Parts: sequence; structure tokens; C-alpha cells
Amino acid sequence: MNAAVAMAGIQKAFGGVPVLRGITLEVAPGSILGLVGENGAGKSTLMNILGGNVQPDAGSISVGGQPFSPRTPADARTAGIAFVHQELTLFGNLTIAENLHLTRFPRRWGLPWIDRRASVRQAADLLARVGLSQRADMLVERLTAGERQLVEIARAIGAQARVLILDEPTTSLGAVERGRLLSLLRELQDAGLAIIFISHELSEVLQICDSVVVLRDGQVAGTGSASTFSVQSLVALMVGREVRQLYPPVRAPGNQEPLLEVRRLGEPSVAHEISLTLHRGEMLGVFGLMGAGRSELARMLFGLDRHTSGDVLLEGRPLSGGPAQRIRRGLAFVTEDRRQDGLCLEAPVADNMTLVHLAALTRTPLRLIDRAALRAEVARMSTDVRLTRAAPHLPAGRLSGGNQQKVILAKWLLRPPRVLILDEPTRGIDVGARGEIYELLHRLADTGTGVLVISSELEELTGICDRILVMRQGEIGGEFPRDRFVREDLLRAALPVRVSG
Amino acid sequence: MPRPLALRLLEAAPLLLFLAVILLFGTQSAGFLTAANAAQILAQAAPTVIVAVGMTFVLLTAGVDLSVGALMFIGAGVAGHLAIAGYPLPVSIAVMVAIGVAGGGVNALLVSRFGLVPFVATLATLYIGRGLGRWITETRAMNLPESFLVIGASEPLGLPLPVWAAAAVAVAGQCVLSTTPFGRYLYALGADPEGARKAGLPTRRLIAAVYVISGACAGLGGLLALARLGAVSPRFGEFYEFDAITASVLGGTSLYGGRGRVLPDTVVGALLIKTIFSGLVSVQADPYLYPLITATIIFLAVAVDSARSRLAARLTRRVIRVDA
Ligand SMILES: Nc1ncnc2c1ncn2[C@@H]1O[C@H](COP(=O)(O)OP(=O)(O)OP(=O)(O)O)[C@@H](O)[C@H]1O
Ligand SMILES: [Mg+2]
Repeated sequence: MNAAVAMAGIQKAFGGVPVLRGITLEVAPGSILGLVGENGAGKSTLMNILGGNVQPDAGSISVGGQPFSPRTPADARTAGIAFVHQELTLFGNLTIAENLHLTRFPRRWGLPWIDRRASVRQAADLLARVGLSQRADMLVERLTAGERQLVEIARAIGAQARVLILDEPTTSLGAVERGRLLSLLRELQDAGLAIIFISHELSEVLQICDSVVVLRDGQVAGTGSASTFSVQSLVALMVGREVRQLYPPVRAPGNQEPLLEVRRLGEPSVAHEISLTLHRGEMLGVFGLMGAGRSELARMLFGLDRHTSGDVLLEGRPLSGGPAQRIRRGLAFVTEDRRQDGLCLEAPVADNMTLVHLAALTRTPLRLIDRAALRAEVARMSTDVRLTRAAPHLPAGRLSGGNQQKVILAKWLLRPPRVLILDEPTRGIDVGARGEIYELLHRLADTGTGVLVISSELEELTGICDRILVMRQGEIGGEFPRDRFVREDLLRAALPVRVSG
Repeated sequence: MPRPLALRLLEAAPLLLFLAVILLFGTQSAGFLTAANAAQILAQAAPTVIVAVGMTFVLLTAGVDLSVGALMFIGAGVAGHLAIAGYPLPVSIAVMVAIGVAGGGVNALLVSRFGLVPFVATLATLYIGRGLGRWITETRAMNLPESFLVIGASEPLGLPLPVWAAAAVAVAGQCVLSTTPFGRYLYALGADPEGARKAGLPTRRLIAAVYVISGACAGLGGLLALARLGAVSPRFGEFYEFDAITASVLGGTSLYGGRGRVLPDTVVGALLIKTIFSGLVSVQADPYLYPLITATIIFLAVAVDSARSRLAARLTRRVIRVDA
């Protein structure tokens, strides 16, 4: 039987720097191929070539046995390839249904008009399949990152493709949604689709995939049936060396001096009587399901959204005003949507990194920017977050997804903040770098910074935090110190309480 | 969730402003609140409405078309010559629209093929068009034969023909925007050009199309303006680009692309501007006040727009919990 997709000898260089050096891979119909590798290994580039977004320098592709050289995304679509991009590509000013049908709006009787009713009905079916309970005529800009990811997946599924590419589709999803996605993928596999699945969740990859290809520095470092690999062996192939423990050793709890105090914070239909205390040098985790109000809490603390009742104190003094004032008081916030709030994609990496603390990098008397100091700081931070291969003058948008996330972390950590709020900080970051970032956060906490980490990954929180708060439906549903980190208990606390009557 | 009252009020702000202006001038000047004056304002506004509809298409893609007034001028010059030489009216009409389409085609080429920034590209065609127009008209005023005024004078079903034409263009424009794939593509393109390309939309052709549409609207609008005035002066069509942009923005179209509607927004914007100027004339205001008043209107429109989006963002926040 012919392979659904076969790529052979694919090469690609950007500005003379080779990114792919002769990649060969095959996917059979009705099977799932896992594609793994460190940040910047070339996974997305390879898939962009298959999807017609990027032209290869050398190599050949065949789809269903036919030679295939897509020049545009539209070519790939006609060949039956559907693509869920790593970065969300939905249009916020259109409705969910419009986004789902953008390139194939249903019409009636060959008229030029869109058959809106059919569109909304078909969209509702697709949303039900991915488990998103929103109205199909809702504007996408009102959805959370996780919900958008589900819409993105629904769009690819609705394309009725023969080949489905998923580039880190689960980064914004909670455990429940992930589970549903994986079983949906199995269904599609049984229906004969060839699926390429990119993820940094290696256990997920091993669980769902039939075979795995490991990329390292633009070459295939290993390939084989998924059953022949373990998480450890995958990591070793990805990184090129054995990696020890992912999570840093348990730290001694800091002193109990309150740093950030939140008192009975409330906002109608968003948050209810949220009280919490973040201590100096503490790693405090916030766990919850999608839509529990965690990101909303973070946004209120940072002054991005307002709250109608309650107050927030930093070192005993009330925090007020917008983000600018709060940054001056020592707050830092890494948002969950890097493309929208975190990065200037056209600006160079160095500028992005130094954006927040540019004032500290000036020289008296004229307060001009001290170029040498800036370069030194950028180099130091790049090593800290393990962003070594990327040139500082490259526009941030050209970095791989995981490396963009590292730039954002570097931006805030250039000067240690008093309070660091992180919303899904390791989204899309590979296992190797993840360990380093955890250590970086611990070192930061050791210097007295209070760190508030929001994450949907329970493992991550139990691995690095001193204490975990669980949110559900806009309120705090439970508090767990380190000696009571029990997976089942934490999950139970996150489930919504049923309101009777 | 029903939309809160405050938000609905802000969303209707252009319309409310419009009503307020009518009331204001109505109480100041006896002749203002008459059917005849209303018809007069509508007829005056018709060319602006049509040009503004085209402009809304361009603004939706985060572009701008500064050349519309100049295209009107060239078209009027050529049509004037033809009319004076005795060609029948339909020929002049067809030629004006064709010139608009051709000029729009040049803009389309510059922006979508050669990748020029719309502001610069259409600024260039504005100057070229003005020069060409002056050459065609030999910088003299041209008086058109009576036959040309028929368009402006005929009143089917009690309203001047230009008003019907403007209404038809506005309705057609809104239908295209909200009910056809092409229209929805424009919104997508304006919101995220790179995303639109990745989604496989024909981005270049879409961009080209909006400039051609804007050019065609300029041709048609020029025709109506010409039929009203009956003469081509060297300043024919001047400032139409600003009126059209102001009308769109007043109505709520975003200069950043991806947001805006022809009906009712752009049309209300255009009527608002024309009503204010007609009102100022009727109360015999000092002409030096006009630019100040225009500036105030634009400022108000922008202020209302940002208040509206801020409030919308806050009020339409997602419901995480159902408070008792
Ligand atoms: N347009 C571009 N110009 C220059 N360099 C680029 C461009 N696109 C990608 N690169 C570089 O190619 C390399 C591979 O990037 P790619 O996005 O394929 O990585 P990835 O394996 O998907 O990583 P991640 O896991 O972080 O998503 C990176 O070093 C990146 O900086
Ligand atoms: Mg990638």
C-alpha cells in the first residue's frame, strides 16, 4: 500500500543557516506519526513545507503516491492536507462558524450567498465532536486560548482531509480536552486518515502514535515504532545526551513573610471572594480546569482587568492602577497568548528582551541606550533561558514557537521582579529547556521573588511548587501544601460543584 | 446574554449624534426641518455615500484610497468633453465608471503586485490624477449641456435619482460584505493578513479587488456629483477622499482593518457630515468655523469608538460563574 505522505531528502536553509538537512519520513494511511525534537529542531518548518507555506531547497514529496510540490497553502488543501498550526491562525473578528468554513462556505443552489443556517448547523456538529460548548455564531475574539485551539482542530477535521498535521495542538488544553482530542484522533485514524502529531508531551506522543520520528538539528536522530521507545530514550535522542531529573530538587520553604496579599477579590460573573497570600520566596501554583478563571485572576492582579470589590496589597501597600504602575512596583506577568500580548513579532529578539527594562540600560547624562550593556544582558539572558542558537538581531517572529516563549521569559527576568505571575509558562518548550527554566524559577524564588504559576499541567505544579491553590468557577476551591500533593485530591477540588435546583 | 443598555447606546452613537444634529439645526432654523431640505441633503450626500462605500471596502483591508477625488476629476473631464461633443448620456456614464475602474486597477497593481504601502501608492495616483485631470480640462471650467442634468433632476418615486443610486450601492455593498465569501474574506484579511495567507485565501486578488471597487465607486460618485453641479471646475472632486474616510470612520470603521459596515454605519457617517454642513449653511455660520467643526466631529467619533470598544470588552466578558 502507498504511503499517504512520503517526504525524502528535504533540505531548507534560512539566510544561509541550514535548518533541515535531508529529512526523510513516511506516514501510512490510518496511522499516526509522532514528530518530536527540541525547540528549533525544525519540526514546524518541515510541516510548513508539506503545507505549502515554505518552499524547500531540495528534496521531494509524494502524497498518495503522486509527486507533490505545493506552492501555496491552497495547493496543500486541494491535495487533502489539513494543518493545525502551532500559532493560532483564527480570525477574531469572525464567528466560530465563519472561521470553520472560511475556505468552503456552504451555499445553496449555486447562489453566491453563504447559506448561514447550514454553516452554523455544520459548525455546531464539528464543535460537538471536539467538545467545545460554545455557540457557533460567537465571535472568536471572545474565546480563550484553549477554546480557540479546539476551534482550530475542528476546522482541520471539518476539511475532510486525507492527511492531518497537528503542530502542538494540546498546548492550551486542559486534561479533559486533551483526553477527548486523543480519542478523536483514534477515531480519525480508524477512518483511514494519516496523522502527523507534533508535541513536547512525550508521554502523550507514545500513548497515541504508531511510529515516531525524532529530529535533532535538522536531521533525523531516530525513528521507529512507538513501542520501541520510552520517554527517557526519546529525550536522550532529542537532546543528544542523557537528561537527569526534569524537576529540580525540592526546595526548603521560604520564610512566611507575606509579599502579595489578595483580599476578597470580586467581579460579577468572573471572580468571587478570592483571597490568597503569596509569600516572599514562595513558589505558589494555581491549578484548575479550562475556564476556571485562573487567567482572569492573573489579569486582575496585573491591572489588565478591573475588579469591583476587594483589594490587592504588595508589601502591605495597596496596588492600584494599570500594568505600567504595577510593573514599576515590581510585578511581572507572562501571559498565556504569546502572539497577542507577549511579543513584538517584527522587532529583533534583543529589543523584545530589553523592552521592559530599557530604562535600566541607559547611560547618564543623556540617558542614551548603552549598546554594550544591552548586548551583554541579552547574551546573559539567552544563556539563562537556553536560547543560545538564536541570533539577537533576528525578528522574534522568525524564532520557533518554543524559542519565542523563552524570549518572553527572558524579557521579564532581565531584572528580578518582586512578584512574577506566569500563565502556562512552559507552553511549547521542550523537555530539556523546561528543566532549566524550572531551575531558573527556583533560583529566582531563592532570591526572594514570589512566583505565582498558573498551569493546566498538574505534574508541572506538583514538581516545582511549594503550595498549590485550586480554582473552580471563579473561586478558590482548595489549598494544598506540599505534603498533601495528591493527584486525585487536587483534581477533585478542580471539578465544578453542582448547584442544586 | 442581552447586550447592556450602555453598550447599545454607544453603538448607536453615530445615529444619536445624527438625530441630535437634526434637532439642533431644526430648532435654530425654520427651513431646516422640511421635506424639501431633507431631500436636498440626501441628494447632496449621494456622491459622498457612494465613494464612502468603496472606501469602507478599502479600509476593511487596513488600506486607504486617497485617489478617489482625483479619479472623479479625470472621469468628469473626459465625460464633459464627450457630452459637449454630443455623445449620448449613456456613453459618458460608462466612460466615467470605466475610468474609475481603470484608476482603481492602477492602485490595485501598485499595492497588490508591487507591494507599495496603500497610503503612498494612492497618494501618487492622487497627484498624477489631478495633473491628468487638469490637462484634460485645460484648467478651465467646463459647462455641460442640459441633457446631463437629467440625472440629477429626475425624481422617480419622489426622491432624486442620485439618492436611489446611492441607496442601491449601499445595500449592494452591505450584502456583499455580510453575505458572500468575498466579503467575509475581506474581514479576515484585514484582521490578520499573514493568517489569511496561511488559510489559503487569495490575498493579492482580494486586495486588488477592493481598489477596483473603490475606483468604480469613485467613478459612479463622480458622475452623480457632475450631474448635480452641471460643470467641471479645476477643483472638482477635491476633498472627497477625506469626506469618504471621515464618513467611514465616523460610522465605526477601523483604520486598522477588519472592522466596519456599510449599512447603517458608513451611510450614517456620510449623512451626518452632510447634514452638519447643510445646517451650518442654513444658520449662516461663519465659514471659517467649518474646519473646526469637522475636527470636532472626527474627534468625537474616535472618542466614542474607543469608549465603545473598551466598554464592549468589559461588558461582554465571559461568564465564569453564575452569581446569585
Ligand atoms: N522565516 C525564518 N527565517 C529565519 N529563520 C527561521 C525562519 N523560520 C524558522 N527559522 C528557524 O528555523 C529553526 C527551526 O524552526 P522550527 O519552527 O521549525 O522549530 P520547531 O522544531 O518547530 O521548534 P518548536 O518546538 O519550538 O516549535 C529555528 O532555529 C528558527 O529560528
Ligand atoms: Mg514548532
